[in-house]
Amino acid sequence: MDYLNALALITNYILLPGLTYGSQLALGALGVTLIYAVLRFSNFAHGEIMSFGTMVCILFTWLGQSYGINFGFLPTALLFLPIAILFSVIYCILLERIVFYYYRTKKSDPIVFLIASIGVMFFTAGLIRFIIGPSDQSFNDGVRFLFTVRDFKNFTGLNEGFGLKTTQAITVITTIALCFLLFWFLNKTRTGKSMRAFSDNEDLALLSGIDPNKVVLLTWVIAGGLATFAGVLYGLDKVYKPFIFLQMLLPIFSAAIVGGVGNPLGAFVGGYIIALSELFVTFAYKKVLGYILPEGLGPDSMMQFLSTDYKFAVSFIILVIVLIIRPTGIFSGKTL
Amino acid sequence: MFLNAENMLGGYGETTILNGCSISVEKGEIAVIVGPNGAGKSTAMRAIFGMLNLQAGKVIFDNQDITSLKPQERVGKGMGFVPQTNNVFTSMTVLENMEIGGFINKDNFEENVQEVFKLFPILKEKEKQLVGELSGGQRQQVAVGRALMTNPKLLMLDEPTAGVSPIVVKELFEKIIEISKAGIAILMVEQNAKQALKIADHGFVLVQGENRYTDKGSNLLANKEVRKAFLGG
Repeated sequence: MDYLNALALITNYILLPGLTYGSQLALGALGVTLIYAVLRFSNFAHGEIMSFGTMVCILFTWLGQSYGINFGFLPTALLFLPIAILFSVIYCILLERIVFYYYRTKKSDPIVFLIASIGVMFFTAGLIRFIIGPSDQSFNDGVRFLFTVRDFKNFTGLNEGFGLKTTQAITVITTIALCFLLFWFLNKTRTGKSMRAFSDNEDLALLSGIDPNKVVLLTWVIAGGLATFAGVLYGLDKVYKPFIFLQMLLPIFSAAIVGGVGNPLGAFVGGYIIALSELFVTFAYKKVLGYILPEGLGPDSMMQFLSTDYKFAVSFIILVIVLIIRPTGIFSGKTL
Repeated sequence: MFLNAENMLGGYGETTILNGCSISVEKGEIAVIVGPNGAGKSTAMRAIFGMLNLQAGKVIFDNQDITSLKPQERVGKGMGFVPQTNNVFTSMTVLENMEIGGFINKDNFEENVQEVFKLFPILKEKEKQLVGELSGGQRQQVAVGRALMTNPKLLMLDEPTAGVSPIVVKELFEKIIEISKAGIAILMVEQNAKQALKIADHGFVLVQGENRYTDKGSNLLANKEVRKAFLGG
């Protein structure tokens, strides 16, 4: 029995990737939940906004690289992240002005907004394929690992080990910093409080003199910024695939709903719940059990609950269970 | 008159609910609108606050014709409104509710919030608590406090005592008298007609969107017909 080796395996294959993927989902879900809280609709275009921001970041990274700019051991893309955020924020504001403002003044039903957002989603997806094309782009040029599995094994003398990718460290640290900043903004600043008030009770917020257009624009700015962070961090960690963002909507919405839609803390926690469950269910436990169980009892099969091809089913199942048992989510958001 | 709403005609869609009713309040006075269900009491108040477009009639406030102003603009002019329901931010703390209440009046925030806490000491104790966790009576105090944060010259309350216990009703009415003594005009719609008329300087009995009786509160209470028809004897 060898718990340390088992733990190293789980850290390498579940915990670290789970925390990373969870962070990316959390950032995405925060954007979705903010839009839901303030504008009261599920923004299906959010995945494509992530993609749009990432695309801009890649284009500028290429431009920068052609001038010989790099960011040392960190990915060059991080240098151009602020520009990408600027572009996607402008894109979001254009969307608000051209598409959603019209429905807002007409006081349309949330379902109309939702359908409009699906239109925006297809439009944005098309725009992205026009500009950067449909193929995958790898744009991580930094040092891949802070330490590798081999370094870890040599250092500790264990049979198994875990490596820490640079992008994993960047993703988790950035996410925690951003969430801290966002929660501080929402809870401590005047503008943040006015956003919460608007989300809580729109009519009363209007009576108190809060400008709805300002709140709505600010929400788009924050959602656009968070979406770009989420997309770029995901692209750095894996690879930028224009087609993946439609698929990512499911885990992102699950994360937002599991935590309680409209509740930022819920979105944050929900992201990790979805990511870790996906990995826990699709991981092959054969080797881990080999270490934990007494000699000779180790299983011969893969000991995998679900093939990795089905990982999206996990978020779908969690979504269904939550909607049946506790529709308001863990942190009691609004019911959809 | 400080507030004078004259011959208001209006409603939702085709049907009119207000058929030429008039409401007026003087500074430092309490006016109460009473009447049977569906008489247009709350509608009259919503019309005065600009939440309902009038087909005819006008609203004069502080010597200005404000008939065409939006509710938000009326708040800026010095009207405070406490809706009957959804009148607090439940997911925010008591203090945050006050902050949002004083959003357009942030310079006097400290002063105003101390005034409100002096009027409702329980809110001071619970300032860090979420309003959603408070009792019905305390929520009403938050709602009134929030409206007072804009330094209104006229405070309008739509059934402030709906759904709170009789003891709390008494307490709330006492607070309302205190507010009016500070020189604020108060206009109330009330279900507890008898109790409300006791503290009212003026009473308006509405029936089908028209003024049926308009008199001093004490006179209305003494009026036999009014007692029989509207106050349950």
